[in-house]
Amino acid sequence: MKRYGLWKYILILIVLSFGVIYSLPNLYSPDPAVQISYISSSQSADINLRDRITKALDESSLSPLVELNKDYALIRLNSYEDQLKVKDLLSSSLGPDVIIALNLATTTPQWLADIGAEPMKLGLDLRGGVHFLMQVDTEAAIKNRQNGTLQDLRRRLREEKIRYTNSFVDDDLSILLRFNDVSAKEKADSFISENYQQFAGSPSADSETSLSLVLAQAEVEQIESDAIDQNLTTLRNRVNELGVSEPIVQRQGKKRIVVQLPGIQDTAEAKKILGKTATLEFHLEAQLDTPRTRKSSYSFKGNPGSVASLQNAVILGGDQVATAQASFDENGLPQVNITLDGEGGSRMHRATRGNIGKRLGVLFVEQKTRTVYEKDSDGNLVPSQEIYEIKEIISLATIRAALGTTFRITGLDSPSESSELALLLRAGALAAPMRFVEERTVGPSMGADNIEAGVFSMGLGMALVLLFILFYYRVFGVAASLALTFNVILLVAIMSILSATLTLPGIAGIVLTVGMAVDANVLIFSRVREELKRGRKPLDAIDAGYNRAFLTIWDANITTLIVAVILLSYGSGPIKGFATTLSIGIITSMFTAIMGTRAFVNLIYGSKKNLQRLSI
Amino acid sequence: MNFNIDFLAWKKLALITSGVLILVSLTSLIVKELNYGLDFTGGTLVELSYPNGAEINQIRETLRSSGFEGAQVANFGTNQEVLIKLPGTISDSLGSDIVSVLKQANLNQEIDLRRIEYVGPQIGSELRDDGGTAMLIALAFMMLYIAFRFQSMFAGAAVIALIHDVIIVLGIFSLLEIDFDLTVLAALLAVIGYSLNDTIVVSDRIRENLRADEDNDTYQVINNSLNQTLGRTLITSLTTLLVLFSLYFLGGEIIKNFALALIFGVIIGTYSSIYIAANALIIMGVSKDHFKVEEPENSDTNSLP
Repeated sequence: MKRYGLWKYILILIVLSFGVIYSLPNLYSPDPAVQISYISSSQSADINLRDRITKALDESSLSPLVELNKDYALIRLNSYEDQLKVKDLLSSSLGPDVIIALNLATTTPQWLADIGAEPMKLGLDLRGGVHFLMQVDTEAAIKNRQNGTLQDLRRRLREEKIRYTNSFVDDDLSILLRFNDVSAKEKADSFISENYQQFAGSPSADSETSLSLVLAQAEVEQIESDAIDQNLTTLRNRVNELGVSEPIVQRQGKKRIVVQLPGIQDTAEAKKILGKTATLEFHLEAQLDTPRTRKSSYSFKGNPGSVASLQNAVILGGDQVATAQASFDENGLPQVNITLDGEGGSRMHRATRGNIGKRLGVLFVEQKTRTVYEKDSDGNLVPSQEIYEIKEIISLATIRAALGTTFRITGLDSPSESSELALLLRAGALAAPMRFVEERTVGPSMGADNIEAGVFSMGLGMALVLLFILFYYRVFGVAASLALTFNVILLVAIMSILSATLTLPGIAGIVLTVGMAVDANVLIFSRVREELKRGRKPLDAIDAGYNRAFLTIWDANITTLIVAVILLSYGSGPIKGFATTLSIGIITSMFTAIMGTRAFVNLIYGSKKNLQRLSI
Repeated sequence: MNFNIDFLAWKKLALITSGVLILVSLTSLIVKELNYGLDFTGGTLVELSYPNGAEINQIRETLRSSGFEGAQVANFGTNQEVLIKLPGTISDSLGSDIVSVLKQANLNQEIDLRRIEYVGPQIGSELRDDGGTAMLIALAFMMLYIAFRFQSMFAGAAVIALIHDVIIVLGIFSLLEIDFDLTVLAALLAVIGYSLNDTIVVSDRIRENLRADEDNDTYQVINNSLNQTLGRTLITSLTTLLVLFSLYFLGGEIIKNFALALIFGVIIGTYSSIYIAANALIIMGVSKDHFKVEEPENSDTNSLP
């Protein structure tokens, strides 16, 4: 029998201790906690905040310790009921300048945290929470951009004294310009090709006297990716305002965004905030001499009967708002205090300076989805979702003096509407509307049950397998059992280091790995038995068994690994969770089942030169 | 374990059995189709828990009178848990609407929200397409690997065994009208991996013996190989099944169908690696001559661990 090199023992020891240390944090279950931070990100949690919290909690029977971290104050609690109680108490007694979030605080000992050892993340199915998948309607962003370009184009065509009869953005998102005669069209054509590079090729004409301007593909892609980036930023801001710890906001594929909010229960509220595209637009009131093409009528919010006409040109929009805060005016009516950024302030100043005595209208713009039914090719009615826009006037007030960067908006229906508007203005607008295409909510009791069932079935399954192989292979069974246990420890350690997320299907993947990891040992051990039967000496039989089984194990595992990796790259949600643990498990099991058991067997039998029998 | 079974003598019986199983499966898949779950059809699903027991009829009535037409209401696992399914994908807020209606109708007991799932129409069909693509890609890559490591004839035999397994497992799901969702699809892909694992172990032994065994003819060599690997095949299947049954009975409702698909898959995969893959090799005409020229790969000189 070949000697088993010392370096192999050392390697196994190193890997084993590494596995034990990095899987250790998972044994410390986290505390339910409440996390409090200031809304403004520049303000870090201070003693002032702690005093306010302590005071707010004084009246309750709970007197927990308030820890101060850099960005937030943390209160650890003993139970989930206490956690909710404290959250409700604080929400009602602390001011609107803080965000209160439920959290799970780790209890990992400091020395482990110092070497970067942290517990695995738990998926929403195990800890409760909401998963949203949202589809970004990038067409709307393109349409917006074309509308902006059209406004600019009209102004410049007028400056160039090129007369057009009609101009609008068509349903296919191209800009359509009509002219009186061919010469005007040709002048416009050459002006546009010279000054606007974003259109595909040269402006195409569908008749002698009209131009159709189609955006170039590269431009379309740029607008789409900008829209998604801005939506991601806005969603992150809004999620922060919702008070969720460890949220996930990620792009998925070309036009989708995933949002995961652990611990959130009220999905209706979360959806309302996330999907909302409410913003403000400031317009001057249309005058009698304003041409019909440059004004539109809107009804008043809460009073659809009365109508006013505003100019189409937007002075500024919600994206120029620096901060917004909900409050009440002197009559106790809800209002929003707005501070504009520098550019917004000077735009507002310029626009109002020359129009004192005229009226300024504030439009409340909201995008909503509705279901429409269309006939498909078989004549069946198929529902599809369509996005439409509502624009209502919330205030129309006479300009008394040139406005600057701060002012207030009144005319809102309720305090909840004013705080929602303030939130949406703070968080920024969405560049394109979104709709929910997938939602999965898991209640906290379900999460707890899933963990319990998962861990229990895993424990039992493993115990049964261990018992069986101990009984069937005796000393070699001990080697295999140790290897299996080691395999699970290693798997957990790697999951923890990669901060991979453990889900219920992931637990199933671990369980399956346990079942299949035995296969490698079964292959080796039955080979050893065969070789013994053929009359080989015990130590030679061990050698031959391991060597002959190796390639078989390798081929079998690689093919399963191929499946796991394909699942990992193509799958989503539950499939991904399953594939993660399966692929890590295959790799760790090859190490433990081959190297691990070999080392153990050699330790026991390797030194006995005249061994007559093997306990297998 | 020592076996001396003439597996190949049962070739006819095995082929007839598999033929019938595949025929029944295909018929069921065409006539009854798969019972696609929410993941693939789109729709809304709500699971609630009533601590004092749920009155299914009362819930149905409440939902109907509140305008939720076509809601399927059924117990889920225990008589406290209720599963409500709505096939339509009209609105993404149906789930929370249902919860609030039912909470209002049952003021005397605290209803616990277990989960809400909403899958939009195009997501459903996308998930179905992606799943199908993933499966085909997995099959293709594994075929390539086997063809590279073994020989094209073995790749053919392995894929025949795989397709056999997948069709029959799908057929069982269609016949028993079990929900086919994303987790079951994952299980099906795991079945592919598992069944292949089995087939490779058997093929590996067949190849080794075809090279080394000078005395027996191909038929006998394959039979011997099957007997030599039978012990291992049975033990591995047994340990895997132990784990799967513990998942099935204790892993919770969501994991149940996943475990079930794997249980069927492991049983059928074990059968096919013995009867189908080996017979396919014989039918394709594998013989010792295919291996005489090549250098042996799997010999004692290999000193990896």
